[in-house]
Amino acid sequence: MDDKKTFSLDPADQRRILEALGRGASRRDVLRLMFSMGIMASAAGGLLSVATNARAQTPRKGGRIRAATTSSSTADTLDPAKGSNATDYTRHNMFYSGLTQLDASLAPQPALAEEIRSDKATVWTFKLRKDVKFHDGSPLTPADVVYSLNRHKEAATASKVKTVADQFSEVKASGPNEVKVTLVAPNADLPVILAASHFLIVKGGARDFSATANGTGPFKLKEFQPGVRSVGVRNDGYWKAGRPYLDEVELIGIQDEPARVNALLSGDVQLILAVDPRSTSRVRATPGYGVLETKSGLYTDLVARQDAAPTNNPDFVMAMKYLIDREQAKNAVFRGFAVVANDQPIPPSHRYYLAGLPQRPYDVDKAKFHLQKAGMAGKSVQVVASPAANGSIDMAVLMQQSAQKAGLTLTVNRVPADGYWSNHWMKHPLFFGNINPRPSADQLFTQFFKSDAPWNESGWKNEQFDQLVLAARAEPDNEKRRKMYGDMQVLVHEKCGIGIPVFLSFLDGYNSKVKGLGSVPIGGFMGYMFAEHVWVDG
Amino acid sequence: MAEARALASPRRFAVPARWRGTIAWLVANRLASGALTLVIVSMVIFVITGWLPGDAAQEALGQSATPETIAALRAQYGLDKPPHIRYLHWLQGLLTGNLGQSFTANLPVTELIAGRLPKSLLLAAVTAAVSVPIALTIGILSAMWRGRALDRALNLATLSMVAVPEFLVATIAVLVFAVKLQWLPALSNAVDVSTPAQFVRTYAMPVLTLCFVVIAQMARMTRAAVIDQLSASYVEMAVLKGARPARVALRHALPNAIGPIANAVALSLSYLLGGVVIVETIFNYPGLASLMVDAVTNRDMPMVQACAMIFCFAYLLLVLIADLVAILSNPRLRHR
Repeated sequence: MDDKKTFSLDPADQRRILEALGRGASRRDVLRLMFSMGIMASAAGGLLSVATNARAQTPRKGGRIRAATTSSSTADTLDPAKGSNATDYTRHNMFYSGLTQLDASLAPQPALAEEIRSDKATVWTFKLRKDVKFHDGSPLTPADVVYSLNRHKEAATASKVKTVADQFSEVKASGPNEVKVTLVAPNADLPVILAASHFLIVKGGARDFSATANGTGPFKLKEFQPGVRSVGVRNDGYWKAGRPYLDEVELIGIQDEPARVNALLSGDVQLILAVDPRSTSRVRATPGYGVLETKSGLYTDLVARQDAAPTNNPDFVMAMKYLIDREQAKNAVFRGFAVVANDQPIPPSHRYYLAGLPQRPYDVDKAKFHLQKAGMAGKSVQVVASPAANGSIDMAVLMQQSAQKAGLTLTVNRVPADGYWSNHWMKHPLFFGNINPRPSADQLFTQFFKSDAPWNESGWKNEQFDQLVLAARAEPDNEKRRKMYGDMQVLVHEKCGIGIPVFLSFLDGYNSKVKGLGSVPIGGFMGYMFAEHVWVDG
Repeated sequence: MAEARALASPRRFAVPARWRGTIAWLVANRLASGALTLVIVSMVIFVITGWLPGDAAQEALGQSATPETIAALRAQYGLDKPPHIRYLHWLQGLLTGNLGQSFTANLPVTELIAGRLPKSLLLAAVTAAVSVPIALTIGILSAMWRGRALDRALNLATLSMVAVPEFLVATIAVLVFAVKLQWLPALSNAVDVSTPAQFVRTYAMPVLTLCFVVIAQMARMTRAAVIDQLSASYVEMAVLKGARPARVALRHALPNAIGPIANAVALSLSYLLGGVVIVETIFNYPGLASLMVDAVTNRDMPMVQACAMIFCFAYLLLVLIADLVAILSNPRLRHR
């Protein structure tokens, strides 16, 4: 983090700029990019010299690294459709490639599809690259893509993205190297959706994923033991020229956070996912190791169900939002590795973030006023928190203290992480949830805020909002979309039954010999895609 | 267990009287009641895991479950059938040596267990090989010097060992030997073990941690058993006849204490198979205990059942061996 002192840039931003320079961006482009990130121009000169250094560090071929995620069990899978956690996503990105891939600003970039066209955001044509081969040597054909996309719609596949895939009304080959996807309704975000690891392309007809992963990805499967490890060796026929750099990559899961950090610091692994904010100083204090912070849209939210009393009272909801001490949550609970949020789910780094929305402060007096208006002064309410929702117990305890000052008795009901999502989440009037970042604003709003969404956490119903969701999804004009997403952020901020205290950062721990690491803010490990980007120095 | 005994009682069968009371008869008897115990345990586990909220299909789909995909997955797993049919189906498979298919890994249970069981047995064996001699030595020494400085020191040491939780021992060991001194690896995946040196490096810390837990128990039980014998009148006689303390303890008292000691050792060792989940977690050791914990989390019934059967079987076997050792070491029981 020495760089930070010099340039007041965090590694994620640096990475974005360096990447732009690597792509051949001009000095002016970079200045514009930095301006858009709110970076002082004085930092620019220094940064440009860093860029030169970075390019002097040319990636080196060879070497092996072992990376540790947070979990590994017999539920580990090689089937992209069934991926359910960071370990699965990372493994799938090692062996498979998708039609598109997200970049550091979460914008979709062409991958297996070299050209993407759409007709009114409803009929999409993907022109496939010609030089792509599966690990078994067979070429990538439109039939493989059609099979890979259509299998999500079959219930028997048990795909995690079945509901997303249900919007494909037809997927068919429309030429020797072309696939046409027709949607039931317009969706300008299809290229973003298809970048998810679940939609990675498998070989046509593939059904048995118990021991094979025949994809077009940067690594070939060498060993897969569910609950133990996955090992990939370099795919020399990878379609990205010169990539990947590593000879071999091994992926394991270490559930216990201290054990994970110890494994990093003892040199047993070179890269770890999810460093606890409390361990960051220890990692950074050890020479030869670092922590990479990726600011993201991940949040833990307080949810007040709108279909239960007393949480459906708008004044009660408002009081709860005023009772959240966001600065304290950021500093005490997450040790500064968070960004203060404003009760709406789009993080400041997102391209559709509405910058002008006034920040809701921590205000006990206003909370007291709203509680009295809601008739809740002196009453008692229970809030359900769990280790499953990152930081929720600590935040609940903080809120308990502020609620006391406002004249509300908040009892914290701690429940275990096991079974939280099926037994407690969305099943109490007042509880905490935890939402992983989604690459598109549409996915976030559709899955968690639209009236008919199965995961509409607070059971919030707003007709105007629903119309905006549909209109924005169909709108190909970027500026008009931005305006609509802005309106939606205001609506959620003002009226929805959720309070979002902070956006959390992903923290990866790394051995300094590992180079090329960056941020793709849908998750740690470069958005689970580190394997094809990193190399080992010396 | 009482019913199990009654059901397996010899009186229900026409058995020649001369067979009864022999060691072979005892073993056969115990094996029969053991088999019955296994069946009862499997039923209990089946019912209890059935009470856990959610099933394998819901766990596999998590947040993204829809009624349609859940129904399809349940049909795939055979969860759409009523519980008693599923149980009988499983039991039938067990009798033909087929433990079924793991729901989550979509691999035969036997294949998954085949990868883990040898590792668990190896860890248990190494720990036993290290801990049993140490524990017996400590126990006998402190019995011989009971009440004196050595005994008090050993008592203090074993009691503090048993009082420190194993996750703490493991974490401190990792901090010291792996992170600070960098002598040993922090993880014991046991996948790249090919030379004796690697073997020692891999197993040193897990075995050390487990020894902390089991040595204290065994040493305390050994001490108590030997002291019990040392206060008997035949020992007094041996002392009066002029036998040296070491001979009194080892030649006279110890053979009579073997029964209780064997039982203490069996109980401690049975813990080494299924109770080592903390050590497996901290050192990332791919053993059976973590396999079973995963299986419970994922509601992977065939896997839970198979692991439970193995742990139960190992326990029964160890207890049986301990009883046999006790009988064989005691002439009065041996010739009954």
